[in-house]
Amino acid sequence: MEKILVLLHTESDGSICRGGLESLNASLSVKTQLAESELVIGIVGNNVKSAVSNIAGCGAKSFVAVEGEQFDQPRYCTDAIAIESIMKAVKPSIIIAPATIRWNRVVPGAAYRVGAAADTHITGVLIKDGVLKASRWYYRQRIEALIHRTQRPWVLLIDSGVFKPYSGVPADAQIEILNVETPETAVQTRVIGYREPPVGHQTIRPDAKLLFVAGAGWTKKQADGKVHIEEAEKLILDFLNLTRASLGSSKSLVDIGSEGQAVLSFLSHLNQIGQTGSTPRHPKGLATCCHGEEPHTVGWRFINERRAINLDPNCGWARGKADVLYVADAFAVMRKVNELFSGSIGKKR
Amino acid sequence: MSNGYQIIVCSGIVPDPLQTLEPVQTPTGPGLKNEMMLPAVLDTWASHALYEAAHLASKVVGSKVWLVSLAPKTKLQQVMMIVAQKAQFELVAVDCPSGGFSDPYESAVVLADTIKSIPGLDFNRLFIFGGWESASRGAGVTLQIVGERLGIINQFQGVDEIKINDDGSFDVYERITEGKHQISQFSKLPAILGWATGNLPEPKNNPQIGMVNMRTIMPSIQRAKQVKLENKNLVFTSVQLPKQERTTRIVKDMPVEEIAREIVEWIKQ
Repeated sequence: MEKILVLLHTESDGSICRGGLESLNASLSVKTQLAESELVIGIVGNNVKSAVSNIAGCGAKSFVAVEGEQFDQPRYCTDAIAIESIMKAVKPSIIIAPATIRWNRVVPGAAYRVGAAADTHITGVLIKDGVLKASRWYYRQRIEALIHRTQRPWVLLIDSGVFKPYSGVPADAQIEILNVETPETAVQTRVIGYREPPVGHQTIRPDAKLLFVAGAGWTKKQADGKVHIEEAEKLILDFLNLTRASLGSSKSLVDIGSEGQAVLSFLSHLNQIGQTGSTPRHPKGLATCCHGEEPHTVGWRFINERRAINLDPNCGWARGKADVLYVADAFAVMRKVNELFSGSIGKKR
Repeated sequence: MSNGYQIIVCSGIVPDPLQTLEPVQTPTGPGLKNEMMLPAVLDTWASHALYEAAHLASKVVGSKVWLVSLAPKTKLQQVMMIVAQKAQFELVAVDCPSGGFSDPYESAVVLADTIKSIPGLDFNRLFIFGGWESASRGAGVTLQIVGERLGIINQFQGVDEIKINDDGSFDVYERITEGKHQISQFSKLPAILGWATGNLPEPKNNPQIGMVNMRTIMPSIQRAKQVKLENKNLVFTSVQLPKQERTTRIVKDMPVEEIAREIVEWIKQ
């Protein structure tokens, strides 16, 4: 019999993030398929009562929490203590947790303290012949594998966007609050603030419906033999402002800045998608002036509907990877697209 | 006694990202087709960690950088011909597989034991750097376990910057979402920093640094201890390339106005 622990953390407002609710749904699916298994919820953070009330009807056998101001801050030392305490109290065989930024940084280390193995970036779970198996990617989303471990406890950190989030009617639930001591050394690291990106800088925003990918072609010589950086910047920024799209870029476009070539001033490594960047999950993606083969295109592997604008009909970024490839000048197309968007916004007003 | 930092950078090697990768089954588990023939590079994020380590060491007199590398030594020797010219370091080589299908727990044990064996290590001056994830396994697990085995609780992942304050404390900028960074402050070493891309460009090749480094690199590779990674607890049911081919509708000779209209309608759907 497997004992499943769903390991969650609260947000600063006492809620559970979307990824947490998705991993709860994943756990419920696993529990249904594993005979005689039981489910326990463990939560770390502040104001756990409010968080638990929203998931109280999920069918968990019990709720265990580590609560307190010192557990509100995402900090390795205190988070590790909290997770270790919950794992020791619950003694689970399987632990399912969301692959949030906070949990990715601490759960494998904390799991090691109780002899557990952790696998991260899980993109699917299934039961085959009574055995829990998980899928994940290797070599930066280029090779997919189905794995399982004989070791217990086994921790699975589930990537967001894979499962639907759990939703239920708020209810009251009994919560066992664990009494956890935090030594002075554990709080010597302090979160002193957050640095926002410079005003006007666009980055990858996971909640956006569209990912706009800017390729190096924007900075190359155009038909008139000249580079049009300022116009490229304006077209891209206008489009982002009009559509609230998320901005990604190919590695080559981010890198050429360090090579002394003309660059789009608002791009940084934080926009980079692909082998050495992120692999965002948006419903739609529009790639412009992108060139490249397999290693670069992994950046939009998880984009559902993909279109590209490119002058090369054989471009490796688009052919066989995009649903539609428009063989056209991206400057001209995006200029017109912006006109149409600004026109429709004008009409609404 | 020196007041400089001791900075240990952990890194494996990975196939050059531009190479085509194809999984195959080997007697020891999954691997890559012609893996030993593929050109290799130092792991991408670990490379950034190395550049940041060299930069930090250059700011504080008496600091020293070690590069602890888990990789097959024949491949490592090729990779070092380039890496040695980028930053000054002392190589500590371990001869073992560096493929993505090995268990990060076993790699972490080897790394931690290797770090512990470095003579003259002073934990009060120690930084352990590495990539926050590898470009092969992409797990983000190894450094955390290294920290746990060495008893290091100041751990930071997805780091893009570290600043030394006037009072000797450190501000660490960890990447979170939407281009934001979380700033954490701590004052006592040791600490583990798993780097994202950082802010430094790749250093230009410096043959002089390369020649200095190679004096210690070659002996280190020659005496590298051979270690086997067994994947005792990790079972691969299947390993395959994704089925990703799409039927692309190629639109040629369509007026710009029509293309724009089609794109706008699609975005609005």
